[in-house]
Amino acid sequence: MIRYLAKRAAWSLLILIGVSAITFAINFVIPSDPVALIAARSATKADRDRLRHELWLDRPVIVQYGHYMAGVLQGDLGRSYKRKTQVGEQIMARLPATLVLMVAAIAFELLIGLPAGLFAARRRGSNADKTAMTLSFIGVSAPQFVTGLILFYIFAYWLSWLPSGGYGAANVILPAVTLGIAGGGWYSRMMRSSMVDVLRQDYIRTARAKGLDERSVLFVHAFRNAVLPIIAMIGLDVGIFMSGVVVVESVYGWPGIGQLMWQAIQDRDIPIIMGVTLTAAIFIVLGNLLADLIAPLIDPRIRLR
Amino acid sequence: MVTSWTRFRRDKTAIAGLAVITLIVAAAALAPLLAPFDPSFQAVDGLTADGSPVPPNGEFWLGTDLLGRDLLSRMIFGARNSLIIGLVANGASVLIGTTLGVTAGYLGGYVGAALMRLTDLVMAFPALLLAVALAAILGSSLWIVAAVIAMVNWVQIARVIYTQTTALSSYDYIEAARALGAGTPRILVQHLIPHLLPTVLVHATLGIATTVLLEAMLSFLGVGVQPPEPSWGGIIFESQSYFLNAPWLVFFPGIAIILVALSFNLVGDSLRDALDPTQRGRS
Repeated sequence: MIRYLAKRAAWSLLILIGVSAITFAINFVIPSDPVALIAARSATKADRDRLRHELWLDRPVIVQYGHYMAGVLQGDLGRSYKRKTQVGEQIMARLPATLVLMVAAIAFELLIGLPAGLFAARRRGSNADKTAMTLSFIGVSAPQFVTGLILFYIFAYWLSWLPSGGYGAANVILPAVTLGIAGGGWYSRMMRSSMVDVLRQDYIRTARAKGLDERSVLFVHAFRNAVLPIIAMIGLDVGIFMSGVVVVESVYGWPGIGQLMWQAIQDRDIPIIMGVTLTAAIFIVLGNLLADLIAPLIDPRIRLR
Repeated sequence: MVTSWTRFRRDKTAIAGLAVITLIVAAAALAPLLAPFDPSFQAVDGLTADGSPVPPNGEFWLGTDLLGRDLLSRMIFGARNSLIIGLVANGASVLIGTTLGVTAGYLGGYVGAALMRLTDLVMAFPALLLAVALAAILGSSLWIVAAVIAMVNWVQIARVIYTQTTALSSYDYIEAARALGAGTPRILVQHLIPHLLPTVLVHATLGIATTVLLEAMLSFLGVGVQPPEPSWGGIIFESQSYFLNAPWLVFFPGIAIILVALSFNLVGDSLRDALDPTQRGRS
């Protein structure tokens, strides 16, 4: 077990180094001249050279990368081109809001996905099953900005049941539901197939044979086993979630890193874009690590490699 | 194949999906003939007296946009951009993913391990954010958007094909072919690839849904297809600030994106069931 943990953790670290190399390359190597992006139009050649020196751009690429990494390890992700503020500080200030939204969105995903999957698996092959699965595909196929804008129009503008934006307990509902609809579509499909697999097992037949009523077979015996692999997958979901928040936070004005990203994209503020990308990558790697750790706990049959 | 086709034909939702795809491809192909207006034509009566867009009516079936252009015409021409990007980007992803997956799976060992580690790395990147960063730096033309999507999207198919190739390579019939003196190209072309085709077909179909959604999202973020070129995500991006007064500008292109993605998903899912009976009802 310890060996397995150490191996997974070491691999996660390697992935993060790879990711940081890519963000570094996008930050400093691909743009033909970062100085041209940052410097004011009126800057003299001397100003530009000083800036070039301050950004370490006059040194070899490998030294630049070392400098960048040393900064990243201390939480220094560089300065925003546009606002001249520290990227790291801005991200840290906005991270809590995104984490709140993430927890709420996962709750909605499961609230939509698990019952729908259970329902479809129980009536497998019926029209109700087909309808539920087609609905789940609509959830998966709807871009979050479309779902978001339509829910916004109906519930915030037309009915004015919910606040249209900002930060708070009531304000989190619409963005979380928007993210939950897409995720719920996937979870209902996974829950259905997991449940169908479990219902085929011998012990379910035994439970039925000994005369248990259908409800306790489904909820006590089948559901608990079917839901475990789904729970293990939540960690793998972080990547999709991180892309979703950019759109959803900007639609609802939720003050998290997604909104920061949206603004940075409009301004072409590359240090912020890359800082958010790196932050998101860290969360994805942590999520994958979590999934790796949970999987063998849930199902001892999974070999620890 | 006959039985597969019979199984596919029985799935009514998949047939509906195929019908929608056919209609939209036809509309995109015949855009200049079908569109009632030029997509960049600003009609004199395309804006109301106070300068706001016109709701759907007899002349402009789906209304007009903020510049008084016919929404239906823009959507028909936008279908071209969305589908071209969807097909090109997805075609490239499938080609890259399949080639790498087959090579790594057949050679196995370190090459296989290296490919899997590379896919781990790409998957640790939030695909959309990477695409956004690349598009923001490289500028956005139709082809760059397609290339960026292909760059982040080849991973899934590479992994699936790798796993399958590894499994197939260990079968006795491959060993037998090799014992009979068949060279690597012959084994690949004659004995491996035909067995992989159903998987490639299924993933190519499902992948179009993913790429169309990714393109819409990039255009919605303003780094995809650039105005005045119409695209469905771009129309929503342009109209966002005004959408409470002109909800049709979000509603119709939104429905179009959902319909296309849904149709490709339904067809792909049904293809998987039809081509591989052991997978029935499991996905």
